[in-house]
Amino acid sequence: MPIQYYIALASCLFCIGVVGVLTRRNAIIIFMCIELMLNAVNLLLVAFSKMSFGAHPGASEIAAGTDAQLFVFFIMVVAAAEVSVGLAIIVMMYRNIHSVDINFLNRLKN
Amino acid sequence: MNSIVSLVPLFPLLGFLINGLFRKSLSKTAAGIIGSGAVLLSFIISVYLFSDIKGNEGYIVNLFDFINVASFKISFAFQVDQLSVLFLLIITGIGFLIHVYSTAYMKEEVPADFARYFAYLNLFVFSMLLLVLGANYVIMFIGWEGVGLCSYLLIGYWFSNTDYNYAAKKAFIMNRIGDLGFLLAIFWILGKLGTATYSEVFDLRNTLSETDITAITLLLFVGACGKSAQIPLYTWLPDAMAGPTPVSALIHAATMVTAGVYMIARSNVLYAMSEVSSDVVAVVGLATAILAGTIALYQNDIKKVLAYSTVSQLGFMFLALGVGAYTTGVFHVMTHAFFKALMFLGAGSVIHAMGGEQDITKMGGLYKKLPKTTWTFVIGVLAISGFPFTSGFISKDEILISVFEKSQVLYWFAVFAAVLTAAYMFRLMWLVFFGGFRGTHEQEHHLHESPAAMTIPLIILAILALVGGFVQLPEAFGGKEYFNEFLSPVVPAMSHEGSSVATTEYYMLTGTVIGLAVIYFLTRKKFAVSMFEGVYTGVKKFLADKWYIDELYDAFIVNPLNAFAGFLKSVVERSGIDGLVNGVGRFVNYSSRQVRLLQSGQVGSYILFMVLSITVFFLVFWNQDNIAHFLTNIF
Repeated sequence: MPIQYYIALASCLFCIGVVGVLTRRNAIIIFMCIELMLNAVNLLLVAFSKMSFGAHPGASEIAAGTDAQLFVFFIMVVAAAEVSVGLAIIVMMYRNIHSVDINFLNRLKN
Repeated sequence: MNSIVSLVPLFPLLGFLINGLFRKSLSKTAAGIIGSGAVLLSFIISVYLFSDIKGNEGYIVNLFDFINVASFKISFAFQVDQLSVLFLLIITGIGFLIHVYSTAYMKEEVPADFARYFAYLNLFVFSMLLLVLGANYVIMFIGWEGVGLCSYLLIGYWFSNTDYNYAAKKAFIMNRIGDLGFLLAIFWILGKLGTATYSEVFDLRNTLSETDITAITLLLFVGACGKSAQIPLYTWLPDAMAGPTPVSALIHAATMVTAGVYMIARSNVLYAMSEVSSDVVAVVGLATAILAGTIALYQNDIKKVLAYSTVSQLGFMFLALGVGAYTTGVFHVMTHAFFKALMFLGAGSVIHAMGGEQDITKMGGLYKKLPKTTWTFVIGVLAISGFPFTSGFISKDEILISVFEKSQVLYWFAVFAAVLTAAYMFRLMWLVFFGGFRGTHEQEHHLHESPAAMTIPLIILAILALVGGFVQLPEAFGGKEYFNEFLSPVVPAMSHEGSSVATTEYYMLTGTVIGLAVIYFLTRKKFAVSMFEGVYTGVKKFLADKWYIDELYDAFIVNPLNAFAGFLKSVVERSGIDGLVNGVGRFVNYSSRQVRLLQSGQVGSYILFMVLSITVFFLVFWNQDNIAHFLTNIF
């Protein structure tokens, strides 16, 4: 498959993520949209990695293009950690204001 | 040995410093002794210099470099020659007498003010000495400004009186106008010749074009007009009478106002080269003499009469300078210093006796109570009116003869001015000293002769006014012109054609005697009276109101300037400058208030801005070449 398809798909996912973050008020949905953007980038990384694999014969394996795939794993791990922190914040928020609507978060006090 | 001259201005400077710095702790006696003593020491050295310089070449004493930039050098140097030494004698001699007189005249002041007065007076003497001693125009200018400052300080000596402060300011500002002319002349000289030293300027005078010479001399004359109260800058001098009377005698009669005459006499070689400037000087001088003379005829304030008389006599001096009789002009400075200082001090004595009253309509018959003041004052009147063989006769006679040789028209005008002089002086004399007393009983009871510290200077000055002219007695009367001879190394005398002079002198003598006799009887009948209203109508009122020159200046210069200043203040300053500055502040204030709304606390809006910014950033990043290209095309 040509690389353009992957780029188009990743762009679409990213834009959906951006628009979701901008338009939605539910903190959990916004959180999911952020994950969507993150994964759009992951997708791109994998796609470019696949594209350039074997483009430079004789080079070492890492230089040959597998490094990006390794990055993706790291990102997923970090994302998982981030999700746990983020969800914890949302839980705390719900406990305090009994809502997950971010428009109720326009005050830092109270 | 030559540097002894620097002691002359040093003593008054020290006197000024001591009296000025310790004025709160000095007693009146101490302040008076320091003030007078400093000037006396200067006078003694001046006398030594005088005996030393007689018949010798003048010399320059270099003290230090005042300005030294590349090839441009102005040194702080003193010029010692016949002209400057003569002025030293006048300044320190008469200055000393007036200092002594002041110790008695000012004794009612509190000690701190008394010391302040003497400090100013010494500073004045210092500045005046600097003015006449300077070996170049720049040093002269320093002294010139110094005397202007002291004049301001002393006119406004009683500074709690607002009117006196206005008079002081008026004097200062009108002097500034003249000073500007003087300053421009100095710049012109420096620009063309690169030096301001007299001897060098005079040596190089032939390299100057005719325009340059005329411009320089005319600008110098503007300076002289300001300092020496000539038309159109004379109106400050009568107002300057607000100062203490000894100050009027020293500054506004004997010394400072003659600085302009000194300057022109010093620059005589330049004036001799410019016909136009000399004519301007002569005509302005004569016009001033007549104008001031007519005003003096109808003034009722004793000091105002003397002030206008001073303006008028200064006009005579400039007339003499203008027709090329430089030594005669300087000679009249000297004789005028004698008799005008005498009359001012006499007036001071009268005011003292009258308890501060200056209105001559309230005086009269004072000769009974103030004999010494009266007879010395009468001598002054005779001298200034030109009574034969007094100092005033000899100097004025010589001016008239010099004018006669130059132009008959000017001569008759000058004779008219001389007649005016005699008329207003006799009027003053009759009104003040003779007839019946017109003041209150209290004043009559208070009348007393002044103390010796005041009458002795009067007597010395009276003797000088009587016989001081004999140093220049014309040959026609068996004298010898020692004065011209003395000044000849610096200032060339005007040569008279020998044969006709003697006859003219006798005609003048006869004319003067007849004229004075007529004036004597006319004024005596009119003014030696017990009742004198001093209220005038018609032409007399016009003259008594000083030709409305002050009102004219107010209408055409002062008020428009005030209006313009008001416009600048309210429109340019308030709305323009302030508006601009406040506007910047208001704009920042307003825009901050608007921009503040961006920080709404809405997380969504923050993210939107973030996304938009990132988008813009990437667009710019990808298109930076195009943008750079676009920008270079624009600029």
